[in-house]
Amino acid sequence: MSEKPFAITLDVGSSLANKTGAWRTNRPLYVDRLPPCNHACPAGENIQGWLYHAESGDYEAAWRVLTEDNPMPAVMGRVCYHPCETSCNRASVDEAVGINSVERFLGDEAIKRGWKFAAPAAATGKRVLVVGAGPSGLSAAYQLRRRGHDVKIVEAGPLAGGMMRFGIPKYRLPRDVLDAEVQRILDLGVELALDTKVTDILATMREGRFDAAFLAVGAHLARRAYIPAGEAAHMLDAVSVLRSMEGEGPPMLGRRVVVYGGGNTALDVARTAKRLGASEAIIVYRRTREKMPAHDFELEEALQEGVLVKWLSTITSMSSEGTLTVEKMALDVKGFPQPTGEVETLEADSLVLALGQDVDLSLLDGVPGLKMNDGVVEVGTNMMTGYAGIFAGGDMVPSERTVTVGIGHGKKAARHIDAWLRGERYNPAPQHAIASFDKLNTWYYSDAPKTMRPMLDLVRRTSTFDEVVHGLTEDNALFEARRCLSCGNCFECDNCYGVCPDNAVIKLGPGKRFEFNYDYCKGCGICASECPCGAIAMVPEDV
Amino acid sequence: MSTTLQQPVKFYQTGTFTVGNRLLAPDQRSVQSDMRRTNSLNSGHRACQGCGEALGARYAIDAAMRATNNQLIAVNATGCLEVFSTPYPETSWQVPWIHSLFGNAAAVASGVASAQRALGRPDVRVIAQGGDGGTTDIGFGCLSGMFERNDDVLYICYDNEAYMNTGVQRSSATPPAARTATTPAMGASPGNVFGTGKNVPRIAMAHRIPYVATASVSNLRDLEAKITYAMSLRGARYVHILVPCPLGWGSAPEDTIRIARLAVESGLFPLFEAHDGEVTSHTPIRQRVPVTEYLKLQKRFAHLFGKQRDDERIARIQAMADANIAEYGLLS
Repeated sequence: MSEKPFAITLDVGSSLANKTGAWRTNRPLYVDRLPPCNHACPAGENIQGWLYHAESGDYEAAWRVLTEDNPMPAVMGRVCYHPCETSCNRASVDEAVGINSVERFLGDEAIKRGWKFAAPAAATGKRVLVVGAGPSGLSAAYQLRRRGHDVKIVEAGPLAGGMMRFGIPKYRLPRDVLDAEVQRILDLGVELALDTKVTDILATMREGRFDAAFLAVGAHLARRAYIPAGEAAHMLDAVSVLRSMEGEGPPMLGRRVVVYGGGNTALDVARTAKRLGASEAIIVYRRTREKMPAHDFELEEALQEGVLVKWLSTITSMSSEGTLTVEKMALDVKGFPQPTGEVETLEADSLVLALGQDVDLSLLDGVPGLKMNDGVVEVGTNMMTGYAGIFAGGDMVPSERTVTVGIGHGKKAARHIDAWLRGERYNPAPQHAIASFDKLNTWYYSDAPKTMRPMLDLVRRTSTFDEVVHGLTEDNALFEARRCLSCGNCFECDNCYGVCPDNAVIKLGPGKRFEFNYDYCKGCGICASECPCGAIAMVPEDV
Repeated sequence: MSTTLQQPVKFYQTGTFTVGNRLLAPDQRSVQSDMRRTNSLNSGHRACQGCGEALGARYAIDAAMRATNNQLIAVNATGCLEVFSTPYPETSWQVPWIHSLFGNAAAVASGVASAQRALGRPDVRVIAQGGDGGTTDIGFGCLSGMFERNDDVLYICYDNEAYMNTGVQRSSATPPAARTATTPAMGASPGNVFGTGKNVPRIAMAHRIPYVATASVSNLRDLEAKITYAMSLRGARYVHILVPCPLGWGSAPEDTIRIARLAVESGLFPLFEAHDGEVTSHTPIRQRVPVTEYLKLQKRFAHLFGKQRDDERIARIQAMADANIAEYGLLS
């Protein structure tokens, strides 16, 4: 008689013997895609990477990831024009994540809590000269010092900060914030020489026995336009107006101030004039609002504060009594302003020209092999000029002139300088494909519009230099960080692990993500289509 | 200082919409996100790619296993679920499991429950499960008897709206206009006939049993909560789960959960709970969609979107969804 129970002739087995993976024609793969915010950041910040830590409330870890790429988050959280937010995929769901405000919160938190950078790597014995203590120079100095090089910054001005101090008004960037972040970089052991202008770069390098140099001189020379003016006409330039706000005694602008130009600097001057007591601050700009190079939110803030703008207008002359002749312009088919011959007059106590700035390149006189074009120096993809060992960045090289771009140049140059000093070449890792909105399954994200940063009351904005935009509280910052969609990179939501009908996803535990069990995965693709952040791709099997 | 919009701070990125969420406290996380879930229906089963029923069964039985501290016996009706999971002598079930006939799962489960009582093991709980064919058609008499006697069984119907295992024949759960092997898309009224079929959750409620609920594989947390709650009660309970079938519905395998979600969000498949014959709660629609969003992804409804779009039948299906939304108040 059989030992098996009635009607049973085979041993009971598990279906695990049945490797259903053989059915598969498409294979799921975990991928990492480049989040659009990271892609857009001129400083190359790993924004999604630091938001991930901020989401769980670990602000110090977030700050440490952030400062890998940018040593000045508290400054950045105030002055950056945040292209990250412009490209944020969440804008297609409700509103972009307030990345800039979270960055500022982290920066302020670091100052409040006294977080310091990790000690530099072991000394390499190499010496690098950095010319200019603006964003680009400070960023390069920080990155080079971290890598163990001796760094000396030489600054022509009386204080560190460059355009962050002499170009950006206090109401946008309080000086104690700037000082704290500069000091933290110097605390790494970076040497800083103030009031020292480099006039001959090769001589300075020779005398200081520097192995390489990074030049980051800001655009402090005001561009002039020829405007026929009476002898007593009070005409100034924007750079010196903003510069004189730092210590030397405020400029005498009068009660009716006209600013000529359409960039952010023009707005800065007009808003500064308002705060100095001007009853009228009028911007004259030759094109339209759409064509204005200034950022729209800054214009909006300026308009709220009572700054007026005369669009499509040029200033043709100024009399000794302060009467400006203004000519109306009209845009031609190509969008360029053309004179119409129609004129009007405008009374002004002072006229401030904000028509762009140039860099003083005289320190490069006599350096062989350099190429200059339009007042800037040509550099290769490695940020090196035509002279081996001399690198340049920031306002000195062709690119957009913002603090964030400068910080990015400093970092990039530092990586190349570091490699160059070791006789190597720095090869950046290839970028992932962009995590575009169509890769996401936004159903899974909770609905939550952006947290607005509280603004200073209008009355105080036009009478004091108090900071206009305030920071988020911790609660708000946490909320804002959690609005991140984590585009293109797994954030361990367990969806793939849950939705697989074949139990073919292996969960490896917190921080370790997941693996596919290809023995049983039938390739249905539910995991890929239900992945909120687009971190799973389906690829054809070789069959 | 002007203060602006203040948001509630309790906000967890994906909340409970995803299977897991590292920002939630461990006790707020789903059974399916657990590395130690029982995987009651294990890998190697022979269900088609993207099978909604295999997914729904693991969701439901894993939740029941946790709720009963793994003291669970499952009784299975004949159907896809039985055929694909247990081709003799292999089985995918990691739970005591018995299959008898197509139509008697409810009766067998009643017997298993009685046996446990007789053995003095009230801690061992019983689930009966089957597809819509085994539940709404063939096993309906036994099911009604189990309800009427208030036997201590949770009956789970995995509704994929036709006899899929035998080649997609119409059942009394097949929706109007759907093409099946026995309701072809031809003639004056293509697909299944309007005005036929039965609403078994409502029939179960008419038995005044302690608990009736509907659930969907697209709403995992809702499904787990209902199964867990059902296992906390004694007596006859019924949970009806919508499980899309890529083969029978003519949909892409990767769209299984999307389609289940659209059924809920369009209002065609209302999610609700009922106690003792009365509806007591519903799951609100989060992002309402027209029924066409749901219908278009399925070849069984392709005839509605042919050269001549069948606006009349589409409108009748939309009216069904609208009626559900009104009846259960699904928009709030």
